Amino acid sequence: MIRARGLTKQYGPKTAVDHADFTVVPGRVTGFLGPNGAGKSTTMRMILGLDRPTAGDVTVNGRHYREFAAPLHEVGALLDAKAVHGGRSAYNHLLCLAQSNGIPRRRVDEVIALVGLQTVAKKPSRGFSLGMGQRLGIAGALLGDPGILMFDEPVNGLDPEGILWIRTLMRRLASEGRTVFVSSHLMSEMAVTADHLVVIGRGRILADTGMRDFIDANATSHVRVRSPQLGELEPLLAARGWRVESDPDLSLRVYGAGSAQVGDIAADHAIRLHELGIVQPSLEEAFMQLTEDTVEYHAGLPEPETPPGTPPDAVPPGGGGRG
Amino acid sequence: MTAAAAPAPAAPVRKASFGNVLLSEWTKILTVKSTFWTLLAGAIIVIGFSALWALAFTTSYDQLSPADRATLEPTTPMQIAFYFGEVVFGVLGVLVITTEYGTGMIRTSLTAMPRRGHYLAAKALVLGGVVLVAGMVVSFASFFVSQAVLMAQDLNGSLGDKGVLRSVIGGGIYLALIAVMALGVGTLLRHTAGSVVAVFVILFILGIVGNFLPGRWGETVNKYLPSNAGAAILSPGTPGNSLSPWTGLGLFALYTAIVLVVALVLFERLDA
Repeated sequence: MIRARGLTKQYGPKTAVDHADFTVVPGRVTGFLGPNGAGKSTTMRMILGLDRPTAGDVTVNGRHYREFAAPLHEVGALLDAKAVHGGRSAYNHLLCLAQSNGIPRRRVDEVIALVGLQTVAKKPSRGFSLGMGQRLGIAGALLGDPGILMFDEPVNGLDPEGILWIRTLMRRLASEGRTVFVSSHLMSEMAVTADHLVVIGRGRILADTGMRDFIDANATSHVRVRSPQLGELEPLLAARGWRVESDPDLSLRVYGAGSAQVGDIAADHAIRLHELGIVQPSLEEAFMQLTEDTVEYHAGLPEPETPPGTPPDAVPPGGGGRG
Repeated sequence: MTAAAAPAPAAPVRKASFGNVLLSEWTKILTVKSTFWTLLAGAIIVIGFSALWALAFTTSYDQLSPADRATLEPTTPMQIAFYFGEVVFGVLGVLVITTEYGTGMIRTSLTAMPRRGHYLAAKALVLGGVVLVAGMVVSFASFFVSQAVLMAQDLNGSLGDKGVLRSVIGGGIYLALIAVMALGVGTLLRHTAGSVVAVFVILFILGIVGNFLPGRWGETVNKYLPSNAGAAILSPGTPGNSLSPWTGLGLFALYTAIVLVVALVLFERLDA
């Protein structure tokens, strides 16, 4: 269980995390969703005691992280797959971590087997691919068999096989009753992984709710209709008081109507339909609607590449290696 | 402190001792190649320079004035070699922490060992221990090799000569302190290049600047400079412009402690 109360982090004049309140509970995958630079990584670093909150408080199982003498038994975290000394072998890297928390050596072999790194375990990790680095980071997170797991953008840059592997792993960990807290800016990924969402934008928590509830609350379904006689159909639908929008591919989006109603109207007026169906809203739409105003760096705007005062987690993926 | 009750914690919070952290840091320092290479480089420079200087002295002995001949102490080659080689042991101290910052490993480390005081103390102890052993080997080797060369002109001394054994043992301690001070500098600055430059300035440049300071106060300041204070231990006697051996080394240890304490305070407060 992770609990944040009024958690705030300021870097100079810039507020990276702004009075965040949320709770992450066991037994489900909680997605931490937000655009790049929204404060996800900063929040995670504060949970792990790496960064000090400017105000507010965050606890893990009722304690501050820095009070734990052997935290790997409580929390396993993958913040940055590249946060290892490249000259050290994967095995020795995990051994250092295990020893610091009094974890026996055989557990190192276990987690290496668990993530499938046996063949490269004795090699320096600097030669690892991103996927292998991610697996090494996850092996480290699993060392102490912790009840809480945190992953920061775990699928970034992974190939489909790696993504599927991580997705399955996170679901399994949650089904074992563990707390799984995973951040991502990839809606599609969250939609298939997370049961619960904490949504952050510009440092503020915008939602802390179930996945289905979130989509229902923030986006509406619509009827998609395609016809060679759209010009005739559109005024008929609009006349019923429904909001109608036309798509460039010669289809209409009808909000507030059922597909049966639209089909009946077409039939009554002998209008041929080529397609008719309900479109369920996606997490993406819900998210876009919610965060419309909070996206930090809109594409296409003539922003300097790294605006002054950019929090470290605004660095684009792959631009890591920050001190 | 925290009143918030965790929902029925299944197992009590597990403990790890300072010994666990020490063991972890021990494994860390032994499992990167830079440790071995830096120590080897330091050894080659110190032992090599002392042999070279001894060779230069013996081969030109016949042309030297009696005054120059009289300046030779058994530890003189070692002292001169330390002057050039000690910085390398500082580089090791710097690398122990700055490579963690450079690679991001520091965040992984502090996630596993969030008690930063323990973490830095374990690093300092392990580093100090490793360099103390290596430094003793280097110091003794440097002494014996240079004496072997000086033997050609029958100029060699022995560990039994007054103050010599203390100088050679002190040399090993001095190298360990240099490494630990450099660890503090690296913790403060976090970047390898900047920290190496800072250590170089402290150990090398400051000493040169000190030599150019004018007058009586200049002399006084000069002997309190870190490298001059620390190097006092390398002389069998106490030259007039120097602190006494143990006072000098003690002062250097104090400087080291100050750097380390400042580093720890900031390390505790600042974001990793």
